[in-house]
Amino acid sequence: MAEVKKIATRDSYGNALAALGAEHDDLIVFDADLAGATKTGTFKKAFPERHFNCGIAEGNMIAVAAGASTMGLVPFASSFAMFAAGRAFEQVRNSIGYPHLNVKIGATHGGISVGEDGASHQCCEDFALMRSIPGMVVMSPADDVEARAAVKAAYEYEGPVYLRFGRLAVPVFHDEASFKFEIGKGEVLQEGTDVAIIANGLLVNEAMEAGKALAEAGISARVINLCTIKPLDEELVLKAAKECGKVITCEEHSVIGGLGEAVCGLLSEKCPTPVRRIGVNDEFGHSGPAAALLKAFGLSAEHIVEVAKDFCGK
Amino acid sequence: MTASEKKQLMATACKVRMGVIESTHGAKAGHPGGSLSAADVFTYLYFQELNIDPKNPKWEERDRFVLSKGHTAPGLYAALALRGFFPVDDLPTLRHIDSYLQGHPNMNSVPGVDMSTGSLGQGISAAAGMALAAKHAGKGCRVYALLGDGEIQEGQVWEAFMLARHYKLDNLCAVIDNNGLQIDGPVDQVMSPYPIPEKLKAFGWNVVEIDGHDFDQIAAAFAQARETKGVPTAIVMKTTKGKGVSFMENQAGWHGKAPNDEEYEKAMAELKAQLAEVEGM
Repeated sequence: MAEVKKIATRDSYGNALAALGAEHDDLIVFDADLAGATKTGTFKKAFPERHFNCGIAEGNMIAVAAGASTMGLVPFASSFAMFAAGRAFEQVRNSIGYPHLNVKIGATHGGISVGEDGASHQCCEDFALMRSIPGMVVMSPADDVEARAAVKAAYEYEGPVYLRFGRLAVPVFHDEASFKFEIGKGEVLQEGTDVAIIANGLLVNEAMEAGKALAEAGISARVINLCTIKPLDEELVLKAAKECGKVITCEEHSVIGGLGEAVCGLLSEKCPTPVRRIGVNDEFGHSGPAAALLKAFGLSAEHIVEVAKDFCGK
Repeated sequence: MTASEKKQLMATACKVRMGVIESTHGAKAGHPGGSLSAADVFTYLYFQELNIDPKNPKWEERDRFVLSKGHTAPGLYAALALRGFFPVDDLPTLRHIDSYLQGHPNMNSVPGVDMSTGSLGQGISAAAGMALAAKHAGKGCRVYALLGDGEIQEGQVWEAFMLARHYKLDNLCAVIDNNGLQIDGPVDQVMSPYPIPEKLKAFGWNVVEIDGHDFDQIAAAFAQARETKGVPTAIVMKTTKGKGVSFMENQAGWHGKAPNDEEYEKAMAELKAQLAEVEGM
């Protein structure tokens, strides 16, 4: 069996920016002294005159990007998720969200897979923060192919977008040639009728692994990738809930305020369905290798399988 | 500027102040103190300095103005209305539930507003972003921002000052309204921002200090800002909070309080008398 190619979605982000930059002169990039880590450095190498380092001043960077967007440019502003969504929340809310400006926030190092840097840098609250801003699109792509497609879609979309990318290299499972991406549309990766597993980010690959293991155990799991957390693909989620009767959500984010709660909010109003949420359980992260952390926090195929079996009474 | 131009500006400034009183009285809320201290600079900007077209508020090549101290929207709205961006008669609808005149500037609802502001410290960053984008895109327009002296307690303001100097944004001009008072009292007692000019000079800015109620000095400062190349310019202007209405002058209590009916009549009578005096000159 050929080895699976692994790429961190932050690398996909930098590559996508460079590719888009070649086509579009109005794309500019802001960073806050992390161009090497966020991979906007890839864009900077190709287009140094369109890359603006703002220094370690994320709140200022966000509002500077807002101002630049009013002049007709399309800014991508980048930092770690902790600082782009966390530290600069109020600048995002008031200077980008409220005037509904055409700024794209490219946040890397989301979730606990940041690894060794530890809890101070492991942002598990960004979906919750960004979802709460009216008019904000929130996306968390699962692999390299989807991440690059999401960056392109964000550029083409008129309005504020929050994109979350990861530090850890993750398997590339989408087929570039056939993949179609649309903001607000999820995809069914495996059909099933006993339980629907809805995931985003690096948990999508784990959910796919879990889906295969569950099939062997006699459980028919529908595996869904919901890259866009907001706006939610309501049709797809409702259909899955109606046809499967049970839903499991999986995200590298707090169980508070993210994909799980977005799904629960929809289902409780339109199709009450039992839900189990897999995510970070109201606690901070920890230093350690990313793979070990994901396992320790239950963000793994094995844990999804356990939860699904218990949920299905097997 | 000619004597007649100066007289015209003084008369318009009286009308801007009347607009501030009309709108805050109509709103039964709002911020008259800092609107009145900046009324002369609002007047100069909208009637002399800014390259704008009220009939085409979104004209791409226009100069931009960002009211970083967004709570003084009554002053901005009065200047915009008098300049022809929207009807002066709408000013008393300020803050009403069915009005487009939001309590703080909203670029999507109020014609002529270039940036939504209100959360202090963010407007100057947005203005720097505009200036940076204008330079990048080769646009010849200029960008202006008005900040409060209390507002510069926000750390983000200094991040923006650093960035503007770093990127040599000589198309950016920041005006600091040093009226000396903020909500909780005198700025130097709440959290002293002084010395303001020295701090800005240390940040590498060209700094001009003026009396913010003297049109000759205002005109000279903006001219100097336009001529200064390679660095942004800050105009630090000494002003009187509540300027033009005797009982509001130098009173922190009038930062965010609307005049009642009696106070409204008194304020309008004073401003009408000032206007008559200017017109009789």
